[in-house]
Amino acid sequence: MSLSVNITHNFGDFAIEAKFDAGIGVTALFGRSGTGKTTIVNAIAGLFAPEYGRISLGDEVLFDAQKGINLAPHKRRIGYVFQDGRLFPHLDVAQNLAFAARFATIKPAPQETTRIVDMLGLGTLLTRRPATLSGGEKQRVALGRALLSHPRLLLMDEPLAALDGPRKEEILPYLERLRDDNTTHVSIIYVSHAVDEIARLADQLVLIQNGRVVRAGDAFEVFSDPAAVPLLGVREAGAVMRAKVVKHAEDGLSRLRMSGGDLLVPGVTAPLGQEVRIRILAQDIILSLGVPSGLSTRNILPVVIGDIRMGDGPGAAISLIVGQDRLLARVTARAVAEMDLKTGMNIYALVKATAVPRGNISGGT
Amino acid sequence: MILGFGAAEWAALALSLKVSIVATLASLPLAIWVAWILARRDFRGKSMLSAAVHLPLVLPPVVTGYLLLLTFGRRGMVGGFLEETLGIVLAFRWTGAALAAAIMGFPLMVRAIRLAIEAVDPKLEDAAGTLGANRFAQFRLVTLPLIVPGILAGSVLGFAKAMGEFGATITFVANIPGQTQTLPSAIYAFLQVPGGETAAFRLVGLSLVVALGAVIISEILARRVARKIAGS
Repeated sequence: MSLSVNITHNFGDFAIEAKFDAGIGVTALFGRSGTGKTTIVNAIAGLFAPEYGRISLGDEVLFDAQKGINLAPHKRRIGYVFQDGRLFPHLDVAQNLAFAARFATIKPAPQETTRIVDMLGLGTLLTRRPATLSGGEKQRVALGRALLSHPRLLLMDEPLAALDGPRKEEILPYLERLRDDNTTHVSIIYVSHAVDEIARLADQLVLIQNGRVVRAGDAFEVFSDPAAVPLLGVREAGAVMRAKVVKHAEDGLSRLRMSGGDLLVPGVTAPLGQEVRIRILAQDIILSLGVPSGLSTRNILPVVIGDIRMGDGPGAAISLIVGQDRLLARVTARAVAEMDLKTGMNIYALVKATAVPRGNISGGT
Repeated sequence: MILGFGAAEWAALALSLKVSIVATLASLPLAIWVAWILARRDFRGKSMLSAAVHLPLVLPPVVTGYLLLLTFGRRGMVGGFLEETLGIVLAFRWTGAALAAAIMGFPLMVRAIRLAIEAVDPKLEDAAGTLGANRFAQFRLVTLPLIVPGILAGSVLGFAKAMGEFGATITFVANIPGQTQTLPSAIYAFLQVPGGETAAFRLVGLSLVVALGAVIISEILARRVARKIAGS
């Protein structure tokens, strides 16, 4: 169901001006902390009423400042997974889940409940109370609870921010499964300030800076766009590509097939034939005018230079066309000048196999 | 005669318990509602409401009793109306004693419950809202279970206040043995006659036992609830 947001609110020293649409799949709201992301999702949920604007979901107007429409949260049927979980402390896990089912307009069938409980691995937690759960377990329960309320849209506000690396890694596959799950098929607004999370999850990207939407579009496109580098952060910038697992070699490397060539990377757990997402950081790519020899780098991809964008500092961002996909490289402005790099040139991109850490390869697309 | 208690003394104890329990239970829903309004809502006149609720705490009890008599007496505005339409008489009846006790204990109950509500994270209510629960359901299923310890504490305070209430009660409903003579009134009455000290002393002991018992019971219940929430 498509969400349309166009709101303005003035906090005095800070203003929110958000206009974007979100369709099917995961739409990530990305921005540094304190840029108003939570305020925007609260407005969508009905927990915050902005001064001006309009929010609609499908054909239904949820909020319209001019017409004085402000649907109460409980009438919006929008699920919300909060950063802090917000499980009801006096209820055990099963009762927390039942709370959602109780108020759902479409009661989940028993097999639906079982499916969600299984998908999120909640079976062994059902009799536990929130106080005894780990952070990751709490977030899984919170997610299950939101899903069982049969939402038309699911809001997730930094659901992994309070978790450490391994716990994050424990939840991300569940989120990927949810995104790719054709039964639930729920649209998700995913708020995060972590590029690695949105690189794995987002279909659409909305970049927010100082309360304003500065860029919105297809996630794969934005990630490979040199112009988006300053918005994502130079160290975090990097293209996200779709690839298929074609071989698991005995030395631990896996061969991934992209539209424009193969890539050898370590530690892929996805089975043969599965589509995966792979994120290659812009700073991990080396450019070469010819086919280099005598290098340890195993991945040498023939590419065509797309856009070149000079940064404000000594760096430059370059998009590289490889098959139907685009890579993003970050090199120095000096290298661009000395190599005389130009749009349309045929060159080679070198990717160190070990530069792609396990967390940057994920199941599903 | 058990434990040396006379019929008048048992009657005073029974009446005190009846008055206090009725006063506490009858005013509890209103106390929860007012506490919720004061804790969660913002409106014009909120400080007026708060002041009105706390008034019995700062007014001399005799003044409160006299105001009750003026309002709820048979010739009072409300009292006359109640007698004519519903046939309810409060002045000089045990029901009047219950009303006086309820009003005197009300600020204490509201205060304890309000603190408990303020301690509940409103974000939990928001979360319930996003799951489809309306405001009343949010309160009933989330806030209420979490403030049970506060409700118990408030009820014990209100009950204790009702058990000990003297000034407003004696002014409003007098001191009629078997009808409006509560424990404190009985103690007072015994102290007015020569040789009544022993009887008064026994009642003092009785008051102590009842008050202590109420505190201990509520403490146990509150702990049980807290343990349940902590999840062990």
